[in-house]
Amino acid sequence: MKICVLMKQVPDKDAALKINATGLGIDTSDLTFVTNESDSYALEEALLLKEAHGGEVVVCTLGADSSLQVVKDALSKGADRGLFLRDDAFDNLDILSLSKVFAAALKDENLDLIFSGLQSDDVGNGQLGLLIAEHLNTSHASLVMETEMVGDSVIKAKRELESGWFQWTELDFPASLTIQSGINTPRYASLRGIMMMKKKTIDTKSAEDLGLNLTPQTSTTKMYIPEKTKETVYVDGTTDEIVSKLVDIFANDIKVL
Amino acid sequence: MKLNCVDFLDISHHFSEDEIMVQHTTREFVDKEIMPDIERHFEAGTIDFDLIPQFGKLGFLGMNLPEEYGCAGMSNVAYGIMCQEMERGDSGIRSFVSVQGSLVMYPIFAYGSEEQRKKWLPKLASGEFIGCFGLTEPNHGSNPGGMLTRATSVEGGYKLNGAKMWITNGTIADIAVVWAKCDDEKIRGFVVEKGMKGFSAPEMKHKWSLRASITSELVFDDVFIPEENLLPNVVGLKGPLGCLNQARFGIGWGAIGSAMAVYEAAVSYAKERVQFGKPIGGFQLIQDKLAWMLTEITKAQMLAIEVGRNKDDGSLRHQQVSMLKRNNVWVARECAKLAREIHGANGITGEYPIMRHLMNIESVYTYEGTHEMHTLVLGEDITGIPAYR
Repeated sequence: MKICVLMKQVPDKDAALKINATGLGIDTSDLTFVTNESDSYALEEALLLKEAHGGEVVVCTLGADSSLQVVKDALSKGADRGLFLRDDAFDNLDILSLSKVFAAALKDENLDLIFSGLQSDDVGNGQLGLLIAEHLNTSHASLVMETEMVGDSVIKAKRELESGWFQWTELDFPASLTIQSGINTPRYASLRGIMMMKKKTIDTKSAEDLGLNLTPQTSTTKMYIPEKTKETVYVDGTTDEIVSKLVDIFANDIKVL
Repeated sequence: MKLNCVDFLDISHHFSEDEIMVQHTTREFVDKEIMPDIERHFEAGTIDFDLIPQFGKLGFLGMNLPEEYGCAGMSNVAYGIMCQEMERGDSGIRSFVSVQGSLVMYPIFAYGSEEQRKKWLPKLASGEFIGCFGLTEPNHGSNPGGMLTRATSVEGGYKLNGAKMWITNGTIADIAVVWAKCDDEKIRGFVVEKGMKGFSAPEMKHKWSLRASITSELVFDDVFIPEENLLPNVVGLKGPLGCLNQARFGIGWGAIGSAMAVYEAAVSYAKERVQFGKPIGGFQLIQDKLAWMLTEITKAQMLAIEVGRNKDDGSLRHQQVSMLKRNNVWVARECAKLAREIHGANGITGEYPIMRHLMNIESVYTYEGTHEMHTLVLGEDITGIPAYR
């Protein structure tokens, strides 16, 4: 079984974000970066499957040079090989274009499974795993909370629906699954794993290597910290008038009635 | 790749990639597995036994010993930064790891036979076996050469008689590396196994420090030690002192972690605690304390990395380890006191890590060579004149 796990480096959740000088992005100079939370669960699920059924786990990320740490962390936890997609041309790409980069990088890997976190903690598109599935014509399931192998080429996935509902679905290989946080207990990198990491291969691929010439299809016009505003409305009149106005506000402005 | 600890001088470039990854993984482990329960264990005076197999699985035990014995084969700097992160959690937890790796596994590796290494090191590395180290006696602390414990030659081995005191992990240990005087008055090392007739290890209660760590006495009453349990490759006080040099190196690094823990807590508290209309961190007397702490922590880091690199390239002198242990534990002790002052009354409660670190560091200040003994080591190194007697 060959599994690829897509992982991303994101700013730490507790980091205080500042807008950079261009006003179009985040100032990353003082930020602490971590592995996207749900991606860690995706990696653990892949490693558990590999340990139970044999095979290979490839970890793939796209991002700045610092993102290589995500790949190395995964290799030290037991992934076998790294794939690093690095090119200035990938910066600021929209999610559809990014999914094309991943699809180009993965199409010749003969993967049985592609795992990714259900969404990234920074931009939160939540689309990558499913878009790649469309490009590579694989089956797919999102918000996966449990997996179970059925034979050698079918995976059963428990999906989280809304209002406390769940769905079990069977997917033929190849399949792309987006993994929900909390599905397992991610392991720590062991010291022996860290030593072994140094002997593992990480392939770096650029847009040219992948035969791609992509331009962003979307652009950011302004980025700003959410502004907190407070407006106080005084309702005057007789008691009946106040009640009538309040009902109107609740029903039509705040929409709680 | 960058360290994710207090790092004023941006010192990550002094560390290799795998050393930084050791810092990251140890910090993550400590935050998730030790921090949530450490105050409860400290208060109850118990050790968290669930941690021990995890230490083994992750490779923290004897991590700078070779891979062929089940160890991680990492650098001494990697070992140091692991100790830093462990002691950021708790000095008692770091003590467990130090004793197992530096005082039990190291002498078996350095002074033991190949047979002894293969017999004990893999089990100690995995945490299946716990070890302890017996040198100090009730009446012989700073002067271990005066020890009274004796190993008398008998047919097939030795008869061990005497008592050791202040032994970390003693009661829970499967094996003890014990130092005793032989018939020729020379000090030799022995591996004493749990269950040997005449060997007992009662726990020492009522400590007000290192409460999340077990401290014991070791009592030997005509304990027969077979010849094969003698560590064959060292004779004299240099044996135990060589082990202590390993452990003191880890303590010198570990103390930085204790200092970082109280410093980070103090910075956070100083920014949140409002008095006279502004956070107390905005007052000069508080800023003076914080600036002192950060400066001393930064200097302690630089001392540790230099001593660590000397150890890695084989140029280390034991006097350098004395300076590391003496300075860095003192820094941690002073930082704990300053953090306690910054926290005011809150500093004495279990809601904050301050009092626990403050109580712990009192032990660390005098164990593994008191502050004063290390001063005398440096004094002799400077003048060439020993002042011990």
